Amino acid sequence: MKLHKLATVLAFGLCIFSALANASAAEDRSIRPFTVSIPQAALEDLRRRIAETRWPDRETVDDQSQGIQLAKLKPLVKYWGAGYDWRKAEAKLNTLPQFMTTIDGVDIHFIHVRSKHPNALPLIMTHGWPGSVFELLKTVGPLTDPTAHGGRAEDAFDLVLPSMPGYGFSGKPTETGWGPDRIAQTWAELMKRLGYTRYVAQGGDWGSPVSSAMARQAPTGLLGIHINLPAVVPPEIAAVLAVGGPAPTGLTDKERAAFDALSAGAKMGNRSYATMMGTRPQTIGYAINDSPTGLAAWMLGHPGFSRWTYDNSDPEKSPDEVLDDITQYWLSNSATSAGRLYWEYGGRSVVFAAVERTLEIALPVAITVFPNETYLAPETWARRAYPNLIYFHEVDKGGHFAAWEQPELFSAELRAAFRPLRQDF
Amino acid sequence: MSTASPAPNRRDFLATSATALLATSAGAAAFNFTSSQPAAAAEASSIRPFTVSFPQEEIDELRRRIAATRWPDHELVSEAASRRTSATLAAGDTQGVQLATMQKLIQYWGTEYDWSKCEAQLKSLPHFVTEIDGLDIHFIHVKSSHQGALPVIITHGWPGSVIELLKVIDPLTNPTAHDGTAADAFDVVIPSMPGYGFSAKPTQPGWDPVRIAKAWTVLMKRLGYNRFVAQGGDWGALITEQMALMAPPELIAIHTNMPATIPPEIVKALAAGSPPPADLGPDEKRAYEQVAFFYKFGLGYANEMALRPQTLYGLVDSPAGLASWILDHDADSYALIARSFDGEPEGLTRDDILDNITLYWLTNTAISSARLYWEHRQTAKAGFFDAKGITIPVGVSANPSEIYTAPKSWTERAFPKLLHYGHPPKGCHFAAWEQPKYFTDDVRASFKTLRTA
Repeated sequence: MKLHKLATVLAFGLCIFSALANASAAEDRSIRPFTVSIPQAALEDLRRRIAETRWPDRETVDDQSQGIQLAKLKPLVKYWGAGYDWRKAEAKLNTLPQFMTTIDGVDIHFIHVRSKHPNALPLIMTHGWPGSVFELLKTVGPLTDPTAHGGRAEDAFDLVLPSMPGYGFSGKPTETGWGPDRIAQTWAELMKRLGYTRYVAQGGDWGSPVSSAMARQAPTGLLGIHINLPAVVPPEIAAVLAVGGPAPTGLTDKERAAFDALSAGAKMGNRSYATMMGTRPQTIGYAINDSPTGLAAWMLGHPGFSRWTYDNSDPEKSPDEVLDDITQYWLSNSATSAGRLYWEYGGRSVVFAAVERTLEIALPVAITVFPNETYLAPETWARRAYPNLIYFHEVDKGGHFAAWEQPELFSAELRAAFRPLRQDF
Repeated sequence: MSTASPAPNRRDFLATSATALLATSAGAAAFNFTSSQPAAAAEASSIRPFTVSFPQEEIDELRRRIAATRWPDHELVSEAASRRTSATLAAGDTQGVQLATMQKLIQYWGTEYDWSKCEAQLKSLPHFVTEIDGLDIHFIHVKSSHQGALPVIITHGWPGSVIELLKVIDPLTNPTAHDGTAADAFDVVIPSMPGYGFSAKPTQPGWDPVRIAKAWTVLMKRLGYNRFVAQGGDWGALITEQMALMAPPELIAIHTNMPATIPPEIVKALAAGSPPPADLGPDEKRAYEQVAFFYKFGLGYANEMALRPQTLYGLVDSPAGLASWILDHDADSYALIARSFDGEPEGLTRDDILDNITLYWLTNTAISSARLYWEHRQTAKAGFFDAKGITIPVGVSANPSEIYTAPKSWTERAFPKLLHYGHPPKGCHFAAWEQPKYFTDDVRASFKTLRTA
């Protein structure tokens, strides 16, 4: 009986193995240069649709509690259809070296900027939802060219910025199974294909579970990770949050503040978008694929944008900042395919240590806590969640989209966090 | 469809000429006037006739948008999995409304579908508008030709409208033409909820189910009814139950086809995510599993509307987006509707579905209707299906394909004065729309003993 079972397992394993071998043998492993060039007709169609937006009536409250406010959205959409110029965004991408390579059957788009400094540390950085490579672009200079941005030559990184499968200019998976674990495997293959034998990984939002999965898988060459949306919430706290219970006793001030933020966020419905995409991404997909305004509102509904004005009052968060990102989702027709990542994860939150299996991560982990993040990870919880925590720092500026909002500070954090790992390099 | 003629009201057509003029000349905005406009022409409590009418350009514009639909890529799960009903549906089976179904729907909607038929059907019924609590409420009011007809106010739900109730108007008001006797006759009042259909959209918060329930009692009394019953499914069930909890003396009983029967100890077990308690009978266990699954995997749309209704801008800008949102209500009704677009209609035709969706589109009510979920969340003291302590007489239809089929044991506990426990052989969430005969049978049976007065 046992022997028979073993034989079956072996035979099955062999089948899988040979299938994989065949697939990889057949797969085109080439790395092709890539340039973004959207046809003019697509831009005209977008402008026409924006101009024809059919609006609902105004929300019945004077705050954001019913969602994106009509008076805040209308000027943005008006500018999107009249003043905004996608070609400038396209130029931002095209000034950087972009490539395409096929991994595990999916075309992966990525930006690859090598530092001019020798011994630069290779770094693969992963965006999130509703982000894209656009949220990371401002860090390209500081990270790859530190001497021009207040850093030292020995802080230099070679930077790899992929678009996740189903996002931006990467291909869209045509089968299920593309969760963070599979993306992590794909990133390891990408770094290998680029010839990197020693590298680090970084991410916030979805980039955090992807980077954490890489650390858990520990592919050859990965030295450590930095994350800015860590999964530190302990199981007993997650259990209380799941049923909306009161704060447990014995929490430190910072733990209590984190609990309160998560609890209030849940009660205020901050994750309703995740619940929807986690269960029915296709259902919401029709509206946001067909209506530019619908797409903009859906993306701006992410709590990470709640402090953003996108009205020119804050040059760091101008309308162009969000519109580059939203327009890329529109033009790459990826609103629905991107939402499926939540479905792959069953709508679960990425901040729970047990969900992310953080205790299985043996590689070094670095964390920066940005003050306007959706919750502030307490160091006590972080040390429990990540056995090999090599860096923990709370900074005074920045929110959920840290690389986008505070690129210099973010870059300085990465330099400091990864400095100890360079000695192994 | 109804042979009943519009009933002249005691306030009669005091302002008929003025309001009818307003209603027709305002075109698309006819249904959308706010209290401040017509109130000037008549006292607030007047009952004004209302005409359904949309300009042709609105229909043309809808068709143009339908034809310009920009599609997402195909979902990544199989058709068989996507169509599973609540009996077998498991986590990960569905990603939502299937692309193939949507493409069939959009193809039909943009070419063969004819809204004017629905409009003509609506126009054949007597419509009125009256201001209650500062808001214009639209309603259909059909009186029976039979003496002693029992007045009933029937409330639709989301994503429904008065359209889901049209098929039961004649059986209820004209029973002798539908296997009934004159003693089964009802006078029927079918309002559009605030923010829905032809009723006005609230511009201030506060229109929760309790306030709607109060407004319905005002409406019935304003119509001169001092002894009436109420009926509802979905939100209509919730509102009808709220009316029963208020128990105004004029309300003698209710009937619900989405009864809230879950006992307190089961509510607790569900909230804790526990497995079904060991002592449940087979019907109770099935009900428990249905509700547990729905809470975990089926409430995304309700959750979004309860928390961020305004963020759903895409629903009012994209006909395809609106249609898919409306189709994805619950697993069993979705499977039924999807089969209908495959050419296998069983109770709901393609036209039924599109009449309702087109009404939402033309009245631009996708978001104003969604706000009812938000309103409910602000004030609700109990879950949708939790027993609420109703003491007046109640009749129930426990449909086999409802979100959960209320077990008889729970129903008897929830409603101590249970008039009737109907268990139709067939029927999903939209009972009156899908199975009007079974629905009518249950409504008649429920109220039979109350007609002596």
